[in-house]
Amino acid sequence: MAEALYQRDIYGQALVELGKQDENIVVLDADLSGSTRTSVFAREFPHRFFNFGVAEQNMMATAAGLASCGKTVFASTFAMFASGRAWDQVRNTVSYNNFNVKIVATHAGVTVGPDGASHQANEDIALMRIIPTMHIIVPCDGPQTREAIMASVKVPGPFYIRLGRSKVPTIEQKGAFEFGKAQILIEGKDVAIIACGIMVQEALTAAKNLLQKGIKAAVVNVHTIKPLDEQAIISVAKQVKGLVVCEEHSIMGGLACGVEEAVSSACPIPISRIGIKNRFGQSGEPAELLKEYQLTSADIENAAVHVYQAPHP
Amino acid sequence: MAAMTQEEQSIKELEATARKIRLLIIQMLGKAGSGHPGGSLSSTDLITALYFRILRHNPKDPDWADRDRFHMSKGHCCPLWYAVLSTCGYFPQEKLWTLRKLGSFLQGHPDRRTPGVSVASGSLGQGLSVGLGMSLAAKLDRRDYRVYVLLGDGEIQEGNIWEAAMAANHYKCDNLCAMLDYNGCQIDGRVEEVMKIEPVVPKWRSFGWHTIEIDGHDMPQILQAYEEARMVKVKPTIIIAHTIKGKGVSFMENAVDFHGRAPTKEETEKALKELEG
Repeated sequence: MAEALYQRDIYGQALVELGKQDENIVVLDADLSGSTRTSVFAREFPHRFFNFGVAEQNMMATAAGLASCGKTVFASTFAMFASGRAWDQVRNTVSYNNFNVKIVATHAGVTVGPDGASHQANEDIALMRIIPTMHIIVPCDGPQTREAIMASVKVPGPFYIRLGRSKVPTIEQKGAFEFGKAQILIEGKDVAIIACGIMVQEALTAAKNLLQKGIKAAVVNVHTIKPLDEQAIISVAKQVKGLVVCEEHSIMGGLACGVEEAVSSACPIPISRIGIKNRFGQSGEPAELLKEYQLTSADIENAAVHVYQAPHP
Repeated sequence: MAAMTQEEQSIKELEATARKIRLLIIQMLGKAGSGHPGGSLSSTDLITALYFRILRHNPKDPDWADRDRFHMSKGHCCPLWYAVLSTCGYFPQEKLWTLRKLGSFLQGHPDRRTPGVSVASGSLGQGLSVGLGMSLAAKLDRRDYRVYVLLGDGEIQEGNIWEAAMAANHYKCDNLCAMLDYNGCQIDGRVEEVMKIEPVVPKWRSFGWHTIEIDGHDMPQILQAYEEARMVKVKPTIIIAHTIKGKGVSFMENAVDFHGRAPTKEETEKALKELEG
């Protein structure tokens, strides 16, 4: 069994690493620094950490003010509040100005678990994707979280980096991380499973099971949701009979939407969306919720069989 | 008649500059055909005094790291900002006639494309946070610049303003000075009727701010307030400036209608005649 890590632990460590390298790194939080792990940076660099209390709107607009004076600002809270509560501040004051504000949002998706619907952001990727200057990364595991954080400081402009609450198994042999480039984890000519975040592990399991059924499934990790690696996606789509797109997010507005936008004109093929289907979340254990919302490897397997067998024009 | 003192002479010059700025605002809005004259005219004296007597800035180097920052949180009053910036020499005056036109760097609300504007605004309630961020950056970098933020009275109905007000006191931002253009009108009517903001002074005091109440059209009082703000330590300052919406043009004064409506051709001519006096 591969090691499992909290992405937010890795985030806290990466912040300290960056803080040592660059005096211009400033970190903000809104009363969740223990949960987001920005507290790790705060202990090391107390004068460069600002807690705004339960006031996400102020945090985001203040981040813009700091960035206007040359700071690279990391701003963290739960995904629900980072994307929803402070959307106008992120849109008008951070992104319209194209400032170096790196929003690292934790506790995304239904796997937040028992806290229930109010805390389960299933809409955040959609909300961030439609903002013109925004960059989005959804890392699939602990090590990739570090790579995402490091990449975000090298690219000017606003970022939204989406992390989960729970531990995630580390995916071996992903190859080098390159911002904006999809990673083909398994080659396969029958169907392609395109996934991000925690769904990458589910996709790998599904591909293994599909092979036993005689279906060769490619698995593509699209960690960078924006800008989307359309070239890689189209090239994969051209080799297979159908796509299954998987995300712990609404099937509307997220990765699946981006993939469909890319392939619909270049290479129209059947696409099945694994994601949350126009529902709010609810309380439960993460594994129970993944099952309830049809986000398991078994659901991916069924979808893959379906698109593989679908009649083709 | 006794000769004017140097200070009296200087005040006269500032008042003349403010009159010129008002003329430019009316001309711009007349040509643009849309925009917000009321609040631009009510805060003209505050911002003219700031740019021509208080602010440490260099129109030839808009990004100078040690410049004092000004941020117009009530972004709809940008005709005032643009008129002041061009009069200071940030860009040629003829650019003013491109306000709100396609491709212009003078957008309908402030935008970083404009020389002298470092942060966009327009969606109300966010600018005090922007100023707070600039203030914190100054402290981190041990720079001695000051930060000035212009707020509207209707704008302080936004919750984000009070989040920022709380934090600016918490972080002891004594390099931050807000100016409240208290003209008593907002788009839908009188502020007290749309959504009461009184008691304004006790509100800011209870949030830990130093407050200074002035007549926002009295140049000596305005200059005195900026000087007093500079002396305040450990806490931020707000200058609560009682102003008249549409100040300087008789038929625009206290007329709610001119919050967000540009003057017609006839109104423009009439207003210019009044201002040229």
